[in-house]
Amino acid sequence: MINVAIEVGQTQTPEAVLFWILGPLAVLAALGMLLVKKAVHSALFLAWIMITLAIFYIAQDAPFLGIVQIVVYTGAVMMLFLFILMLVGVDSADSLTETIRGLRPIAIVAAVGFGGLMVSLLSRATLGRTFVGLQDANADGNVPALADLLFSKYVWAFEVVSALLITAALGAMVLAYNHRLVARPTQRDLAIARFRTGSLANAAGLPNPGVYALHNAVDVPALLPDGTPAQASISATLKARGDVIDSHPFQLEQLRPTDKEEK
Amino acid sequence: MTTAELIGQDPGWLILVKAIFVFAICVLLTLMAVWGERRIVARMQMRLGPNRVGPFGLVQALADGVKLALKEDLIPAAADKIVFIIAPIISATTCFMSFAVIPIAGPVTLFGHKTAMQLTDLPVGVLYVLAVASVGVYGIILAGWSSGSTYPLLGGLRATAQVISYEVAMGLSLVAVFIYAGSMSTSEIVAAQQKWWFAVVLFPSFVIYAISMVGETNRAPFDLAEAEGELVGGFHTEYSSLKFALFFLAEYINIVAVSALATTLFLGGYHALPGLTFTEQWLGGWFTMVWFFAKVLFFFFIFVWLRGTLPRLRYDQFMEFGWKILIPVSLFWIMVVATLRVLSLQGASRLVVVAFASGIVLIVLLINIAFDSAKKRAESIPEVEVTTPSFPVPKLPVSEPEEPRG
Repeated sequence: MINVAIEVGQTQTPEAVLFWILGPLAVLAALGMLLVKKAVHSALFLAWIMITLAIFYIAQDAPFLGIVQIVVYTGAVMMLFLFILMLVGVDSADSLTETIRGLRPIAIVAAVGFGGLMVSLLSRATLGRTFVGLQDANADGNVPALADLLFSKYVWAFEVVSALLITAALGAMVLAYNHRLVARPTQRDLAIARFRTGSLANAAGLPNPGVYALHNAVDVPALLPDGTPAQASISATLKARGDVIDSHPFQLEQLRPTDKEEK
Repeated sequence: MTTAELIGQDPGWLILVKAIFVFAICVLLTLMAVWGERRIVARMQMRLGPNRVGPFGLVQALADGVKLALKEDLIPAAADKIVFIIAPIISATTCFMSFAVIPIAGPVTLFGHKTAMQLTDLPVGVLYVLAVASVGVYGIILAGWSSGSTYPLLGGLRATAQVISYEVAMGLSLVAVFIYAGSMSTSEIVAAQQKWWFAVVLFPSFVIYAISMVGETNRAPFDLAEAEGELVGGFHTEYSSLKFALFFLAEYINIVAVSALATTLFLGGYHALPGLTFTEQWLGGWFTMVWFFAKVLFFFFIFVWLRGTLPRLRYDQFMEFGWKILIPVSLFWIMVVATLRVLSLQGASRLVVVAFASGIVLIVLLINIAFDSAKKRAESIPEVEVTTPSFPVPKLPVSEPEEPRG
């Protein structure tokens, strides 16, 4: 099933077709990741690159690596997504103003250096040759072969990396942990406090806003039995925004004269 | 011949036939599931449920689907248009994909070809299902984010947190299965259960998987991402017409998919119930499909039963349950399973195995006793006497007449 291409030791047509369709898409996504303004779009392009890489791995007879790439990196990108939402804001977009002085030249030097390194490495790679050794490596299945390597030859590196990741996770938890001075009030405490403090009128919840046929009810205060508007019936957010409509015109006293006229 | 080899011999047209078959089954099961759920929940609430359209109301779901598709398709002004359109497509396509590795029936003859009723067999099949599911969650999160409105965003964030935490528990519960089956391929896991179902051998894993699969599919009592009492409709609040229908479809196919995975991993897949193995030869092997779908429908019934019975969990309790109970318990259980497996593979005497098992039971008992005594000590602390309230309270009819307070 999976070992399709490998007896020959040369890239076969389906794999080549796959590569030439997905390769440009991956490159486009990579460029998009750098160039789009919204951070969330950037994260989405990143997820797309990860998935294309995973498909390449699977096509090259490394199904375990490919699937793990998707499981791990989609989770990671999802975390990135959350970080964007939490730290930068829902609709964050890149601004081009320089916040730290001299950042731009440093970034250019680093980018050119890294790019030069990559180009020199890639130019030394041997392309278009036949490949060898895959058959032996996958001899008794891809997963057992990988497990053998991971838990024998590379066990030390594996453990060190996991220790590093655990340290990082613990560090993030320590940094993010906010020690509470007072215990968090439970639902019970809150209910008791509502009755003990404040007015009894609010104990069962605030009054609903007014319901009038002509208006969106949430921005118009309800009328109390004596005809005065109940200010507590409007959301504090709307009040702060100044989006409250006066409920005075809806008072019954103003409607009564018309009743009399009809009679 | 193994399933993988059988599938490897499939000609191209047979693969296409199987793909269409899997697709048709998913859509058909969704229609039946919607109808079934409404009928079962209705019966639990002493109602009749849909019974007008077609015999027993069977085509009600189809009629609803047509109505849904003909509705106006709205895109909110504040929405991120492209992502808003992509999100339901991601949700709907990925849930079909996970069915590709599920063995639906044993070896059968299809149009003169001997093959296995399974679209493909990956050596990492179960991980593939997990990967596809984790991509599918993107649909929900992106829908929440791109709607440009508060409730969907909250629903999307809840879905993220929920899936990240319950996927850990789910993955851990699968590890025990991998250890016992010695493989991650769905067909080999089914083959390994010929004698004993893993639901019996690995009962704790089965329970953990069953709980986390409800969490993973956003179903009651874990449907916090679309909690209609708190978030209007959650992540799909702003969706209408076909886009909403895609989410709807995705939800039901996901339920069927996780049920199918549970059947494959724990209930012996397409194998018959113990004692009825002779039925596996009926209809040239096709009868195994009946067993498979019977088990899937059993899980589906549990899903509906849960929805009809349990109220929605509070969010913090839900998270606490996932991180503080499910994950530690599964980690402990994996240690036990791995040790037992190594003992039995290295041919340890029965005495050693029994000693180890009883040692584990003893430890669990001791922990339990310690917890109980701590709980009792906490309960024995007398509660502070509540003073009389400072606000007027109505007189109780049975109490002695007394001065009005306040």
